[in-house]
Amino acid sequence: MDATPIPRSVSAPTGPAALSPGSQRRARARRRNTLIPFLLPALLLFGGLVLLPILLGVYTSLFKWNGFGGMPTQFVGLDNFVRLLGDDVFIGDLKRGLVLVVLSVLVQLPVALGLALLLNQPLRFRGIYRLIFFAPYVLSEVITGVLFTMVLSPTSGLVNQIFEVFGVSGQAWLADPSRVLLTMFFVVSWKYFGFHMILYLAGRQDIPPELTEAAMMDGASTWQIFRSITLPLLGPTIRISVFLSTIGAIQLFDMVWVLTGGGPIHASETMAVTLFQYGFKRYEVGYASAISVTMFLISLVFALLYQRFVLRRDTEGAVTRAGDIR
Amino acid sequence: MSGPRLSPLRALPLHAICVAVGLAIVVPVLFGVLGGFKDNGQLTTSPFGMPAPWVTENYTEILGSAGFWLPLGNSILIALASTLLVVMASAMAAFVFARYAFRGRELIFTLFTVGLMFPFAVAILPLYILLRELGLLDNPLGVILPQVAFGLPVTIIILRGFFRTIPPDVEEAATLDGCTPFGFFWRILLPMARPALATVSVLAVVASWNNFMLPLVVFNDPSFWTLPLGVNQFRGQYAADTARILAYVVVSMIPALALYVMAERQLVSGLTSGATKG
Repeated sequence: MDATPIPRSVSAPTGPAALSPGSQRRARARRRNTLIPFLLPALLLFGGLVLLPILLGVYTSLFKWNGFGGMPTQFVGLDNFVRLLGDDVFIGDLKRGLVLVVLSVLVQLPVALGLALLLNQPLRFRGIYRLIFFAPYVLSEVITGVLFTMVLSPTSGLVNQIFEVFGVSGQAWLADPSRVLLTMFFVVSWKYFGFHMILYLAGRQDIPPELTEAAMMDGASTWQIFRSITLPLLGPTIRISVFLSTIGAIQLFDMVWVLTGGGPIHASETMAVTLFQYGFKRYEVGYASAISVTMFLISLVFALLYQRFVLRRDTEGAVTRAGDIR
Repeated sequence: MSGPRLSPLRALPLHAICVAVGLAIVVPVLFGVLGGFKDNGQLTTSPFGMPAPWVTENYTEILGSAGFWLPLGNSILIALASTLLVVMASAMAAFVFARYAFRGRELIFTLFTVGLMFPFAVAILPLYILLRELGLLDNPLGVILPQVAFGLPVTIIILRGFFRTIPPDVEEAATLDGCTPFGFFWRILLPMARPALATVSVLAVVASWNNFMLPLVVFNDPSFWTLPLGVNQFRGQYAADTARILAYVVVSMIPALALYVMAERQLVSGLTSGATKG
């Protein structure tokens, strides 16, 4: 074949370089006509149903509004936000969210990491173990929640029946305000630890085996290998898993709604549940919008700070590469 | 890993841990499965034992009622429509992001990736108001379109990564043979990207299948309800009838678990690449 060689530009088919200005302009117009239809559906949907609602939420958060009839009219400035700062339930939501994140980082994620490393061993049946550990992830939070209301039921629940064998009976796992958050944490972990385990497994498999083999050859102990090789090289994965776990805690809704509805006396309520209560049950849409906007700001600030101070070190980090131009 | 298996002595404690964790997962589910075969009396008197006698009415009544099949059908329709649309719209956008350079590309792409970091709950209230103004409440599109919109970021990111691995020569050859950009996209790129498309489709199906908050606010009319709404409603309706609720929960788990067994590989690859390649 003796076709003229095509200049290998990075940007795929921009067409041959030596063209008259007129045909260049035409080529560019033709390219734009190709690009726009390809991008349009995604841009319209994303702009209209993701970005626009967020802006709309910012707007309605400045009004006192029951949500009915066209657009809000009673402008109140930042009153909703001032009220929010003095709202014990919302402040409580923040504390409970923090408790869930801390518990997750201290308990759920280490367990997931331990199991991932365990399943990385040449162990018989590990494929089956992995299949089982990860399975709860595909069950919806609603199904998990309803199942666990039964499992944790004070009278006929499985957990109390087990406890009864040891002489402890009638524990109220979900009705006791001092215990409900911890119970919630265990149910959430039941569903999600397998997800984090899968992330760690993938990260662990990316560590070149030569590294651990060489360390072993040099007589390093299992602990030393973990401490000096596995853990640092899993750093990026761990940081992402902490990020996802935090975002998950910020938006936790389904499980709480189904298990407790946020009660008793707000003891298991999350920001998303408070937002839902005000927005869809009490028709204080302006105030609920202020909660939305605050949640948005918390996520945004968290994401930016996390990216700036935690993920920045990672060459293979998740969110870091978002704005990376190449 | 192809190394030698661990010696039995070293493997034993590891197996013990795995079995313990496995039991913590399987036992609650098994409690549900067996509980569905009991009546409520048996549930309190013999929670661990086998059902005696086996009561099948809980399951047969659910399987014989529209209260299960209607939400199941709705869930399937909404999941399929959402998946098809999000994969199409994302593939087209990812094609442009992966293979064309133009001003503003990184800005638009960053906008999409930022969407990945925001909790859906943040948008639910204004989204509801918007859908109400558009007349999309009690309309499957009111769930499908937002699900597509919120599914775009992760789908675009994964597909863009994959499209980039296809060498430019392929496109040059196609162009020389007279292929238009659309022809290349449709007849060459998409068929080549089948594994990646399978991955993102499984992610989209699972996300749609498990979505609760959005259908909860959009569907007032029970004839549109999806399975999670059905489960939640059933639980409220038969509050005291634990055995029946367990049966409904178990039956509702089956489609998700079946999908999991069939598509575990795609799910895992989608989740890990979605989380690390953003």
